[in-house]
Amino acid sequence: MTAPLHEPTAEAAPSAAEEAAVAGAEAKAVQGRSLGRIAWERLKRDKLALTGGIVVLVLIVVAILAPLITNIVGQDPDAYHEDLIDPLFGTPTGSLGGISGDHWFGVEPVNGRDIFARIVHGARISLLVGFLSAIVAVIIGTVLGVLAGFFGGWVDALISRVMDGLLAFPQLLFIIALVSVMPNQMLGLSGTGVRLFVMILVIGFFGWPYIGRVVRGQTLSMREREYVEAARSLGAGRFYILFKELLPNLVAPIIVYTTMMIPTNILTEAALSFLGVGVKPPTSSWGQMLSSAIDYYQSDPMYMVIPGVAIFITVLAFNLFGDGVRDALDPKGSR
Amino acid sequence: MLAYLIRRLFAAVVMLVVIILVVFGIFFLVPKWAGVDIATSFVGKQADPASVEAVRQKLGLGDPVFVQAWEFFKGIFAGRTYSGGGDVTQCSAPCFGYSFRSEQAVWPVLTERFPVTLALALGAAVLWLIFGLAAGVLSALKRGTLWDRGAMVVALAGVSLPIYFTGLLSLAIFSHSLGWINAEFVPLDESFSGWFGGMILPWITLAFLYAAMYARITRATMMEILGEDYIRTARAKGLREQVVIRKHAMRSTLTPLLTMLGMDLGALMGGAILTETTFSLPGLGQKVLDAIQNQDLPFILGVVLITSLAVLIANLVVDVLYAVIDPRVRLA
Repeated sequence: MTAPLHEPTAEAAPSAAEEAAVAGAEAKAVQGRSLGRIAWERLKRDKLALTGGIVVLVLIVVAILAPLITNIVGQDPDAYHEDLIDPLFGTPTGSLGGISGDHWFGVEPVNGRDIFARIVHGARISLLVGFLSAIVAVIIGTVLGVLAGFFGGWVDALISRVMDGLLAFPQLLFIIALVSVMPNQMLGLSGTGVRLFVMILVIGFFGWPYIGRVVRGQTLSMREREYVEAARSLGAGRFYILFKELLPNLVAPIIVYTTMMIPTNILTEAALSFLGVGVKPPTSSWGQMLSSAIDYYQSDPMYMVIPGVAIFITVLAFNLFGDGVRDALDPKGSR
Repeated sequence: MLAYLIRRLFAAVVMLVVIILVVFGIFFLVPKWAGVDIATSFVGKQADPASVEAVRQKLGLGDPVFVQAWEFFKGIFAGRTYSGGGDVTQCSAPCFGYSFRSEQAVWPVLTERFPVTLALALGAAVLWLIFGLAAGVLSALKRGTLWDRGAMVVALAGVSLPIYFTGLLSLAIFSHSLGWINAEFVPLDESFSGWFGGMILPWITLAFLYAAMYARITRATMMEILGEDYIRTARAKGLREQVVIRKHAMRSTLTPLLTMLGMDLGALMGGAILTETTFSLPGLGQKVLDAIQNQDLPFILGVVLITSLAVLIANLVVDVLYAVIDPRVRLA
């Protein structure tokens, strides 16, 4: 039944393109704009969101090029500089936590590792966990949300109960518990690899109901729309409707919720590392730096301020960008 | 109304059973798949095979998970006796397990630490409700003004700041540099003013994060509701703006916030882990973190269960309040 349906669309495509070309040649005044284009134009006008987006891009570049950057600057994140440490108090000798031309963000107390290099490398962990766990959540959430909304009945009841249950779980506690019972070696990974893998999976797993709920609701309301009915009466199969009619319309809310989920995940990763169940030293992460800074907040406050500000700027940038994307894609938006 | 409550209660009990099973799954099945012997984690890493075997027998770790979960469940109401390897350990009535690592029953430790966590969560909740709701409602009513933009910038910063960073900052500024507050924790029965002084910074720090979240959500909800038809109707029939806001808009704004409050308070009962760690408060959160770092599973299990119970109770209370506030729920 679905076969004849494909043919008209295949034929329609070139004719639509021709039409567009003709129309474009004749009159440039009126142009149809896609949702993506409208959203992009709105986003371009939102200065705060753009700033956030640019900061996010810079952070991504920094994370990818971390080893290169620290090489150019000439600082190894794991190298000790004990000559810069006051042997009596264990704090850096220079002012402001040892900030100098060589060590832009100062050095750590006791062993004198370069904080700039460790921040740059820490960005990799934050962004990696933030993005990948969001992807895990999006995949599970979209699949289960669509299934619940599309099929209804007991499938919906089951998935909805699971989502409600997960949302009512004391999440941080369960994430800590899960991460801490995981072994140090699995699936051919070891050390930091396992930690990252487990964190990504667990954070993603606890995040999917947020996306799942939205996707389910959207699917539920779209299932009865006229265009779906039209496709159905033309003889379209379930999967055709699912992939060609429903999913494209779910892209906008999914994008919005993904961008809003990344900063939350980054905060969770930092919290786990802060509590000592995240990545283990010597791999550097921002949360871990803050946790070791607790002991020095009186004698070396810069040690605490720098990773804290790094987390703040990153999360703020993602939040600004996320708010902007939401405003740009939201059809209810007043602009 | 009664049928609704019974249904909610039933759902809560089912949820609790599920949580117990999941907790057992996490601590007993996951290590098994991963090839880690949990008996060793109850004793300590350097334990000799004999004492590991004794603990395994004593805790019944060889039994199927369901039997173990049942034994645990029974222990909560009837108490439990651990015996094996020659010695016997008693764990009386509300037995939430026994830690062989620290040689103490879990329950007394939980009850000792719970009041600290409760005081932290409730005190902060009062603050964040007052400031979060006020800021959110004002922003929604004065949309686009300088106040609105200012408040929302602060709120956005608030949700972007990790609590352990604001906590450390406030300690460094108010306690260390300015010397206004002595941030040491003092038990309540020792000195009220000392206790109050020690709790001020934790309260404010925790409340700042939640107030920011609540302000953002209150503003969004309020703005959506102000666009509803029944608000227009209320205005059209000549009600004063104040009455429209107070009686019509506020009531609908509060319902979703109530759900949030229930969940947030419930989750905090299990220990505001980050806040307690930052300020060295001897609450449940710090205990569970210690337990995790020492791989002291009975304590982790106990705290997870208490938290889950708190979340369930909080949700149940919210459900009941819902039924009281919103007639639609009662009939549904």
